[in-house]
Amino acid sequence: MAPMIPDALRAFSLAVLQAAGLLALAPLLKTAIKKMKARLQNRQGPPLLQGYYDLAKLLRKEPVRSETASWVFVAGPRVYFGAAVAATTLVPVLVAAAPLEGAGGILLLVGTLALGRFALATAALDTGSAFGGMGASRDMTIAALAEPALMLGLFASALAAGSLNLGSLVRSVLQHGITFHPSDLLAFAGLFIIVIAETGRIPVDNPATHLELTMIHEAMVLEYAGPDLALVEWASAVKELLYLTLLVDLFMPVGMATSARPVAIVVALLAWAGKVFLLAIAVTITESTNAKLRLFRVPELVSISLGLAFLALAIRFL
Amino acid sequence: MRDVLFGLFFIGFGVKAGIIPLHVWLPEAHPAAPTSISALMSGVLLKAGIYGIVRVCAFGLGVPRLSWGVIVVAVGGLSAVLGVLYALMQHDLKRLLAYHSIENIGIILLGLGAGMMALAYGRSELAWIGVAASLYHVLNHAVFKGLLFLGAGDVVMTTGTRQIEQFGGLLRRMPWTGLFFLVGAMAISGLPPLNGFASEWLTFQAFLYGFRGSAEPLVRFLFPVGGALLALTTALAAACFVKAFGISFLALPRSQAAAGAHEAPAVMLAPQALLAALCVVLGLFPGVVLRVLGRVLRPLPGLQPRADAVWDGLGMAAGGGAFDHVVPLVFAAALVCGIALVGVLAARSGFAARRVPTWGCGGELSAQTEYTATAFSKPLMMIFRAVYRPTRQVESLADVSPYFPQEVRYHAEIEPTFERYVYRPLLRAVMRVANGLKVVQAGSLHAYLAYVIAMVVWLMLRVWWRS
Repeated sequence: MAPMIPDALRAFSLAVLQAAGLLALAPLLKTAIKKMKARLQNRQGPPLLQGYYDLAKLLRKEPVRSETASWVFVAGPRVYFGAAVAATTLVPVLVAAAPLEGAGGILLLVGTLALGRFALATAALDTGSAFGGMGASRDMTIAALAEPALMLGLFASALAAGSLNLGSLVRSVLQHGITFHPSDLLAFAGLFIIVIAETGRIPVDNPATHLELTMIHEAMVLEYAGPDLALVEWASAVKELLYLTLLVDLFMPVGMATSARPVAIVVALLAWAGKVFLLAIAVTITESTNAKLRLFRVPELVSISLGLAFLALAIRFL
Repeated sequence: MRDVLFGLFFIGFGVKAGIIPLHVWLPEAHPAAPTSISALMSGVLLKAGIYGIVRVCAFGLGVPRLSWGVIVVAVGGLSAVLGVLYALMQHDLKRLLAYHSIENIGIILLGLGAGMMALAYGRSELAWIGVAASLYHVLNHAVFKGLLFLGAGDVVMTTGTRQIEQFGGLLRRMPWTGLFFLVGAMAISGLPPLNGFASEWLTFQAFLYGFRGSAEPLVRFLFPVGGALLALTTALAAACFVKAFGISFLALPRSQAAAGAHEAPAVMLAPQALLAALCVVLGLFPGVVLRVLGRVLRPLPGLQPRADAVWDGLGMAAGGGAFDHVVPLVFAAALVCGIALVGVLAARSGFAARRVPTWGCGGELSAQTEYTATAFSKPLMMIFRAVYRPTRQVESLADVSPYFPQEVRYHAEIEPTFERYVYRPLLRAVMRVANGLKVVQAGSLHAYLAYVIAMVVWLMLRVWWRS
C-alpha cells in the first residue's frame, strides 16, 4: 500500500498537469483553425487569442436559464466538461504514457466521449423549444452511425500494435520502430472522416451557423448562455484537440518522449505541436474545399469511413 | 446428431430468451403485465432461456462446434441490432423497454457466442472472457432493466397512460423517479462508470482478444464485425434513451395526464433506489463481480482464466494488463474532479442564475411547439428505412373548400416484418391444415361409429397377422 501512494500521487499530479495543459491550449487550436479558414477566404480572421477572450467574457456573464429547465439543463454542460477533462488524462500527449492509462484505454475513451454527448443531448431537450430536440436528435443519429466506424478504425490500428491501451500502444510502436503499412493510410483516412463527423465540422456540420436547417451541434447548445456556454465551447475545443492528438498517437507517434529528460520533453512538445498543426491544416482544407452535406447524405460518408476501416483490417490481417 | 440437438435446444430456449426471429411474444407480453411482473419477466424470466442455452447448448453437448458459436454470434448480433432499431420506433414506454430486452439478450448471446467459438478452438482463456462477459451482462441487465421497468411503472401509474408522446415535464413532478430512471438509462446505454459499460467492455474484450489468435480468415473477421455491431447497438441504445428520458421527463407536459402527475410513494421508490445504487456499485467494482463469476465458472469444462488477469476489486484486465485494463473508479474520480473544476471556473461570474421564458420565435411556447418522440427518431427511421419500411398516410379533411382544411390526419407506421411475413403465413398454413382436418369431425354419429369399427377391425387384423 505504502509504495502505491507516491505512485498514485505522481499519476494524479501528471494528470492534473496534462489536463491543465490541454485545457489551456484547446482554444488556441480552435481559433487557429478559424483564422486559417478566414485567410483561405481572403479575410483577416480573428486574432489568435480570440478564443481566450471569448471564454473569459462568457465566464464573467450572468447565467440565464429557461424557466422550464430543470437541474438536467444545468448538469449537462458540467458533465460534458467533466467528461472532456477526464478524457484528457487517458491520452498520451508528450510522454509515451497517459497519466491515468491504467484507468482505461480506447474503449473507456470512446465511452467517456459518449457520456458527454448523452449529457448534452439530454439537457438539450429540457428547454421545451424545438431547436434543442432537433439538434439532439440529429447529433445522436450521426453519433450512432459514426461509432461503429470509429471503433473499427481504432481497432485496426490498436490490434496492429497489439494493445487497446493507448500508452502501451504508443510504447510498442516506438519500440518496434515506425513501420509504414498500407493499411495505416486507409485507417487514417477512415478515422479522419470520423474526426470531422464527431467534432462537427464541414462537411458534416457547420460550426459557425445558427440557421435552423443547417445546425446540428449548435442547435443542441443554442439555449446556453454565459458560463454554461463557456463550458460547452471549451469542452468542444478540448474534444477537437483530443481527437487530433489521438490521430497523432495512433499513426505518427515519432518524437514522443520515452524518458523524463527535459530535452526529450521539449522535443516532444515541439513535435506534438507541429503534428497537431499539420492536422489542423488538413481539417481547414477539408472544411474550406467541401460543401456541407445534406443530413441524409452523412450516413453515406460514414459508411465510406466504415468501408475504409474494414479494408484496413482486411489488408493487415487476412 | 449433436447438431440437431443443438439446433432444437437453441430454438426452444431461444423462444424463452426472446431472440430474433422468435421474439414476437415479448413486446406483447411485457407491457400487458403489471409493472413488478414486467420487471421480473425482463430481468429474470428471460434469463431462464439464457441459462438453458449456456447449460445445454454451450456446455451440455460436449465441446461446441465452431458453427454453433458462429450461429450464436450471428443470432446475437441480429437480435441486438434489430431489437434496438425496433425499440427506437416505439412510443409505448413499456414496449420500448421490452424491445431493449431483446437487444440486451442479443448482447448476452454475442458474448456467449464468442466464448463458444473459443471453446471450439480450445482457447480456454478467451472462452472464459466470453462466458464471463455474457454472465456479467445477465446480472447487469436484470438490475438496470428492473430499475427502468419500475420507473416506467411509476410513470404509468400516475399518468394513466403508457404513451411517451403524452408525457413531458415529469421531472418536476416526480424528481426521484426521474433521477432513478436517468441512472437506469445511462446504465443501459453503456456509459462509464456504470455497470452497463463494465459488461460491454468485457464483451468487447472477448471479441478483440479473440481476433488476435484466430486462424481461419472468415472466423477471424467475424470478431471485429461483432465488435462493430456491439458499438452500433450501444450508440443506438443511447439515442433511444435520450429520447425516452428527455421526452418523458423534461420540458413541458404534453397532456393533462402528465400535468397532473405526482411522485410515487416511498414504498415504490425504495426498490428503485436500491437498484440504482446497485447499478453504480456493480459498475465501480467490477473486480468483485468477476471474482464471484470466477467461482461460478470454475466447474464448467474448457474455461480457464488467464493467469495474469487482474481483478482486484477495482479493475478488470481480462486479457492481461498489457492488452487492456480498466479501473472505473479512477475514471469516476477524474470525472468528479472535472466537474468540481467547473465550480471553480463558473463561480467567477458571481451572479445567481436568472430564469426567463424560453424564446419561442416570437410565438407562445407550449406543448405543441415541443419536439415529439416521433420527430426525434425520424432521422434514424429514414436512414434505416430498408429495415423499417415505413408507410405514411396523410389526409386533409375539408368542409367548404380543399384549400381550407378543417383537420389533417397523419398516420405513420413501420412494417412489422416478422409478424407479417413469418408468423402470419405460418399461422395461415396451420389454420389451413386444421381446416382441412375438420372434414374428419363431420358431426355425424354414424361417421364416428364407422371410425371406431374401422380402427377395431384394423387392430384385430394386425394382431392376427402378427401371430
